[in-house]
Amino acid sequence: MNKKRMWSAALLLLLVLSTVLAACGNSGSGSKDTLVFGRGGDSTSLDPSRVTEGETFKVTVNLYETLLNFGEQDTTIQPGLAKEWNTEDGLTYTFKLEEGVKFHDGTDFNADAVVKNFERWANGDEDRFPYYNSMFGGFKGDEGHVIESVTADGDYTVIIKLKRPQAPFLKNIAMSMFAIASPTAFEKGDDQFARNPVGTGPFQFVEWKANDSITIEKFDGYWKKGLPKLDKVIFRSIPDNSARLNALIAGEIDLADGINPADGEKIEGNADLQLIERPSMNIGYLGLTVTRPPFDKKEVRQAMNYAIDKETIINSFFEGRANIAKNPMPPSISGYNDQIKGYEYDPAKAKELLAKAGYPDGFEMELWAMPVPRPYMPDGAKVAEVIQSNLADIGIKAKIVSYEWPTYLDKASKGEADAFMLGWTGDNGDADNFIYVLLDEDNIGSNNYTYFKNDAMHDLLIEAQTEVDEDKRIELYKKAQEIIHEEAPWVPIAHSTPLLAATKDLTGFVPHPTGSDLLANVEFK
Amino acid sequence: MLSYVGRRLLQLIPVLLGMVFIVFMMIRAIPGNPAQVILGQQATAEAVAVMNAKLGLDQPWFIQFFKYVGGILQGDLGESMRTRLPVADEIWPHLAATMELAFFAIVIAIIVGVNAGIISAWFQNSWFDYIAMILALVGVSMPIFWLGLLGQWAFAIEFNWLPTTGREQVRDPVNAITHLYIIDTIIQGRFDQLWQVIRHLILPGVALATIPMAIIARMTRSSMLEVMRSDYIRTARAKGQKMFWVVYKHAFKNAVIPVLTIIGLQTGMLLGGAILTETIFAWPGIGRYIYDAINFRDYPVIQSGILVVAFIFVMINLIVDLLYSLVDPRIKYD
Repeated sequence: MNKKRMWSAALLLLLVLSTVLAACGNSGSGSKDTLVFGRGGDSTSLDPSRVTEGETFKVTVNLYETLLNFGEQDTTIQPGLAKEWNTEDGLTYTFKLEEGVKFHDGTDFNADAVVKNFERWANGDEDRFPYYNSMFGGFKGDEGHVIESVTADGDYTVIIKLKRPQAPFLKNIAMSMFAIASPTAFEKGDDQFARNPVGTGPFQFVEWKANDSITIEKFDGYWKKGLPKLDKVIFRSIPDNSARLNALIAGEIDLADGINPADGEKIEGNADLQLIERPSMNIGYLGLTVTRPPFDKKEVRQAMNYAIDKETIINSFFEGRANIAKNPMPPSISGYNDQIKGYEYDPAKAKELLAKAGYPDGFEMELWAMPVPRPYMPDGAKVAEVIQSNLADIGIKAKIVSYEWPTYLDKASKGEADAFMLGWTGDNGDADNFIYVLLDEDNIGSNNYTYFKNDAMHDLLIEAQTEVDEDKRIELYKKAQEIIHEEAPWVPIAHSTPLLAATKDLTGFVPHPTGSDLLANVEFK
Repeated sequence: MLSYVGRRLLQLIPVLLGMVFIVFMMIRAIPGNPAQVILGQQATAEAVAVMNAKLGLDQPWFIQFFKYVGGILQGDLGESMRTRLPVADEIWPHLAATMELAFFAIVIAIIVGVNAGIISAWFQNSWFDYIAMILALVGVSMPIFWLGLLGQWAFAIEFNWLPTTGREQVRDPVNAITHLYIIDTIIQGRFDQLWQVIRHLILPGVALATIPMAIIARMTRSSMLEVMRSDYIRTARAKGQKMFWVVYKHAFKNAVIPVLTIIGLQTGMLLGGAILTETIFAWPGIGRYIYDAINFRDYPVIQSGILVVAFIFVMINLIVDLLYSLVDPRIKYD
């Protein structure tokens, strides 16, 4: 074959191939009754009571319902499967249930089903129901277990008695892990149930392809008339943020979470897409391990707070899509103390405090940078560089170190870091879920990575846990925040706004601060 | 021949056992605790201790090791600590996804790589030779995530020819029987879906093929150059044989052994799963399965996953060794 002919043949082949491919480019984009939701990871299980990770709840919130719901975009308490509830003394709660509700498998939803769900959890252990353990203080027979009894009074009334008042009790009940499942289904065994979920939710389970997709479809017998509006929802796992955005632009998915802040502008400039902001319920911070000198000195910790330029960090790496933090919890949480004046960026004052603490020439330290992007910290390594240069300005030589993520958490929880970046996204929107979990002495070794310990604050937090009067409770948390501000175990950095993106024709999607979004009202215009 | 295969299979036992041992010790040496990861950040120290006992992680390592090896000998790959499902059940869909992609990639790599290598050797020092070898060098050094995202941008977004990610058109999912979608769609006569599955294979397949393609091309070229200088090639040409047949039949047959070796190694590597390609293209393969398990400190999945991958790797090498005697009658195994 002569060279010329070979080349023309190759060109022709390329042309034919590209025409064929182009012809098929748009085929099968499907009807607009199906929503494809692209997200970063797969679910672990479809039994929400057995896991602690958010990717599971994103799906199960649409399959199951809870006795009480959170508000559309906040964590106020709203009716769910229970239409009314009341308590006289904060010890006995009476729930009146919706009537005529059925599970996907045809089982009736009634008081008996609710009791069976609570019994299933209470008779479990940490291995089976880790969240029940942390929210209700243990299991049947444990001293810390807060629930005394759960009983049915007739078909549609449930009475829950507590051993002692628990202030966030109703908020706990509304968390998506305490979803009411069909007793017929879970009585067949935990392991099969985790893959064959049956609830009362607007959608029912169809298929799960591990690490690839989970498909759920409209439940025709759903008790709220006219819902859900979609026929089908497919959750696709696309781990890479840029690839997920590419899939959205190419029209393969309709909704994507985990959008990089840096891509926000690009989406706003795209006529086919819309950018959606999730209300913030998180905190990104720099923790200072108070047991490690020189961070055992309050002045040094305060100096760190004055030295770091939070505004630059937020403008550069959160693209401005975050608020500067001054307290250990976001302003949307009831009990937030807005009276506190945050530490402003003031290197001169920082130097002064360092000198007062006995370090006029600074010191050397390790600065731990988060190895993975999280909504509350999109780029740990780069933020660490800003902090490093801020600290250099006041004479502190910080060496940036990082470990692979589970190693990082493990070493930090053992108190091996001088200063470490970390964050938290709230579970139930209660102040207790931030301040007590992250900074109380009871949680040293688990979530209190700074080893911060303060007796006055501990007393306030324990009192707040059982205080049923909301106003008094708010006062207690406000006082606790004053102590934290003064003692400065953290440099609070940002409350970020996690970003999602969707095709322009998607409506009715209301992102929830907890990260689990109900899709019953979503449709395409 | 049979006794050779038998001996080779026997040799596998200590190799795999040693590998299991190294992996077993390695994952326990890194900090981080499965119980803590399973229970979440909320967990108390007591809860973690109870969980550790439940998972058997409080026992001395050698007891854990012998229990695990004992299980494997009975065909039990263990149970995932995270999902609580048997690893043997979980692993196949992931392995099938990787096999399909790896097979597709290696076919592309062989077709393009071998031919580019042969033509480069045939026209040594021509412009084709130079360009092919520069491309091969670029191919070896190309970062996959960059190539992958660029491919998505060009072929999925700009030209809209190919899908960006995944194995199938999710709005019209393949009914998985064998989990090898090409086979599944053919069995069910769904040729429209077969076409979709192939379209989904192209971008990740080409991205994954780049490096093996480049390596195969370079190996083929150097092996061919050596053979092309031999006397019998000159004789063949002197007889008036067409150059095409001299190169592809006479020369290539004698140059193929090292090429075969490299193809075997590369196939084994691809079957081990390519974490970057699988991540960028959201491919639910074995690489991501094991990588996720590392993040969750899911010991049984890590151990058994690597064991399965290693087993496939050594088996492919065995097959390649057996192929030698097929292409070169001088090689005998008895």
